[in-house]
Amino acid sequence: MRTLWRRFKGWFFRQLMRVAMVSIMAVLLFIVITIVIRGVSSLSLDMITQTPKGGYYFGREGGILNAIAGSFYLAAGASLLAFVLSLPVAFYLNVYSRSKRNVRSVRSALDVMWGVPSIIFGAFGFLVMMALGMKVSLLAGIITVTLLITPIMVRAMDEVMRTVPRDLYEAGFSLGATRWEFSVRVLLRKVYPGIITAFLLGFGRAIGDAASVMFTAGFTDHIPNSLLEPAATLPLAIFYQLSSPIPEVRERAYAAAIVLTVIILIISLASRLLGGRLSKHSTTD
Amino acid sequence: MAGFTPKISIRNLNVYYGQAHTLKNITVDIPDNAITAIIGPSGCGKSTLLKSVSRLLEISDDVRISGSVEVDGEDIYAARELTHIRKKMGLLSQRPTALPMSIRANVTFGMRLHKRIRKKRLAQRVEHYLKLASLWDEVKDRLDESASKLSIGQRQRLCLARGLAVQPEIILADEPTSALDPMSSQHIEQIFMNLKSEYAIIHVTHILRQARRLADYVIFMYYGEIIEHGPAEQVLDNPQHERTKEYVKGLIS
Amino acid sequence: MRNRWLVLRVAVDHLAAGVSRLFTLSVLLVLVLIILGLLYKSIPILTSQSILDLLFSSVWKPMKGQFGFFPFIVSTIYVTVIAITISVPFCILASLYLTEYAPRRWTKRIVPFIDLLAGLPSVIYGIWGVIAIVPFVRDILAPAFGYETSGYCILTGGIVLAVMVIPVLMNIMIEVLRTVPIELKEATLSLGATKWETTSRVVLRKALPGVLAAVVLAFFRAFGETIAVLMVVGNTVMIPKSLFDPGYPLPALIANNYGEMMSIPKYDSALLFSALLLFVMIVGFNWLARFVLKRTERYIV
Repeated sequence: MRTLWRRFKGWFFRQLMRVAMVSIMAVLLFIVITIVIRGVSSLSLDMITQTPKGGYYFGREGGILNAIAGSFYLAAGASLLAFVLSLPVAFYLNVYSRSKRNVRSVRSALDVMWGVPSIIFGAFGFLVMMALGMKVSLLAGIITVTLLITPIMVRAMDEVMRTVPRDLYEAGFSLGATRWEFSVRVLLRKVYPGIITAFLLGFGRAIGDAASVMFTAGFTDHIPNSLLEPAATLPLAIFYQLSSPIPEVRERAYAAAIVLTVIILIISLASRLLGGRLSKHSTTD
Repeated sequence: MAGFTPKISIRNLNVYYGQAHTLKNITVDIPDNAITAIIGPSGCGKSTLLKSVSRLLEISDDVRISGSVEVDGEDIYAARELTHIRKKMGLLSQRPTALPMSIRANVTFGMRLHKRIRKKRLAQRVEHYLKLASLWDEVKDRLDESASKLSIGQRQRLCLARGLAVQPEIILADEPTSALDPMSSQHIEQIFMNLKSEYAIIHVTHILRQARRLADYVIFMYYGEIIEHGPAEQVLDNPQHERTKEYVKGLIS
Repeated sequence: MRNRWLVLRVAVDHLAAGVSRLFTLSVLLVLVLIILGLLYKSIPILTSQSILDLLFSSVWKPMKGQFGFFPFIVSTIYVTVIAITISVPFCILASLYLTEYAPRRWTKRIVPFIDLLAGLPSVIYGIWGVIAIVPFVRDILAPAFGYETSGYCILTGGIVLAVMVIPVLMNIMIEVLRTVPIELKEATLSLGATKWETTSRVVLRKALPGVLAAVVLAFFRAFGETIAVLMVVGNTVMIPKSLFDPGYPLPALIANNYGEMMSIPKYDSALLFSALLLFVMIVGFNWLARFVLKRTERYIV
């Protein structure tokens, strides 16, 4: 009798788990489908090769090239800058530092930064801009986004490097390599897929984040010609144009949404193929 | 083997892990109230054979099993309800895995699954089984502490107490002492000697001397097949098969 | 010759060491600067109103220089709690299913899919929320409970956040559940437990610290999330009395008003104070949660 009750509970929860699983899959698929359906119809060659004519908020013609170009410039600039910053830090944590305590503190601090929401980076970027007398510009955006994605990149690189067993270090150093030689010729060679994944991770975040560019890169109809001009970005293109009363403007928002989604999916796939996971997290120290 | 009514009868048991044919046509009887040792080089299917007796192989994907395993005359592979079958056989793994709960809860876990027992009787039972496993004196003052605080030897005895608490008829031990220090190993061996009068014990081991000390019957396995089986003195001291001779002499391991 | 080559190598090594130390310090410096910068900018407002007043007053009149942050704090907490309440049960059940029950073939395909979606930017969730959830809440959900709403309310915000947080939660939970050793399951099953009893009483229990840590992480991600919530939450300064009332979480406050920051006195200070507030809440409670988790770990396992 008791067995029957136990078996029933098993069956019941199994169904419950199935429902949960299916619901989650359904919702996630729903999101992708919604974006695709709304976006596909608004995509056209014009849309991706032209800037908005008549202003991004009111103009009925033109496309989202301003945002596409702006986003790429911004994301590329920020990712490269962040990469240059992050790699040495990752080397410090894994190769150069002799003090375990320092390494732990730095990792904790990076953890804190990793958890800081992008809006705070945006607000800070704005602060710095005002203090330095900078205007809203691509450069300001790049700097702010660099600050945002550096902790993310460092963490990703660090995690990959940590998986390398100490044996490799011992082997390298026992052959007489300096720490620099070891880092570049041995360690890097071993973890370079993970490093590339880290870069892609940063790039993906840079191109998709809205809150950090809102106050710093601004928005514009044009493709920026210099670092000091404001730049449009895809997330803001969505945000600003979605609530327009003019349907053609809204179309641009949907187009921007599907373009952004496709870009992110490509990046995710690329990093997956490299063996990493785009959203790898770790909660323990 | 002649001269006894088998507790477990295995006939034509074949186990496939994906493409690999892990157990090949196993046919053997296991006696009651005795210790049967399964010996042989590592990776030859000893653990697989052990787990097949308790239908524990099926929790992995990609496993195919054919043949029959009869316990007290009933084919367990024909049965639909697994919890009763598994309950009959206590499992002792190589690495003692305490449940993530207190010592007391570890012992009572299995008991409480199967029926409701009043608190007073629970306490009595806990004491009884911990004594059987020679652990009572060491833990009686800290029954509510987490089991993970015990030493590895103590944890193995706890696993034994926990397994005995569901009143099995058979004890399946998969290299139960290989992770333990010598003193704890001795403890376990002593307990097995005490228990064998009431249980059928199947003891997988790669330590020949341990088999000599404990076993009444021995099964020698090599690459998924049973090469030889019989009473301990016969297989260990007077093996018939070439391979068995090599193993027993230490020429292969 | 050999000596000079060695000297060069060592020099390069020292240079590299110096550079990495420098960069590391710089990155840490940024963190310090952020804290200091926010603090500095918040001073005007901290001196004009007491901290208690700032935190607990609901009077929000920027023109008059009165700033009460209570409605924003409350909105932030409400939206986050709704999101966690919705997502956690689903995720626990679904990740248990994927790791313990589903055939490996399915799991192999589903997990990468969830991973893929974890990288989606929040603005995409926001636009989906506007297109799909707002009408749903407005036309179906609210009337079902007898409420009227424009659809832009804290419930919608909570739902969108919940969906955002799901890929992250599932990711971590699945990883944690996979670390439970198979011997534990074998041991429990051999006691005669059913699969569900094994999963719920032992596997889940063993994975509990990791699962809780995942929930904490998700909570703080949701807390600081700006744009997706901003697009659907209604952005009205009030303390929401029901699920269908609009709200105004802190991140949305900052994002929406930075343009007016400069024209109204002390407004910039107020907004940067809310950034500071957000920062303190996230970092402070994160620390606290981790501390509590580490303590309770001993009692759970």
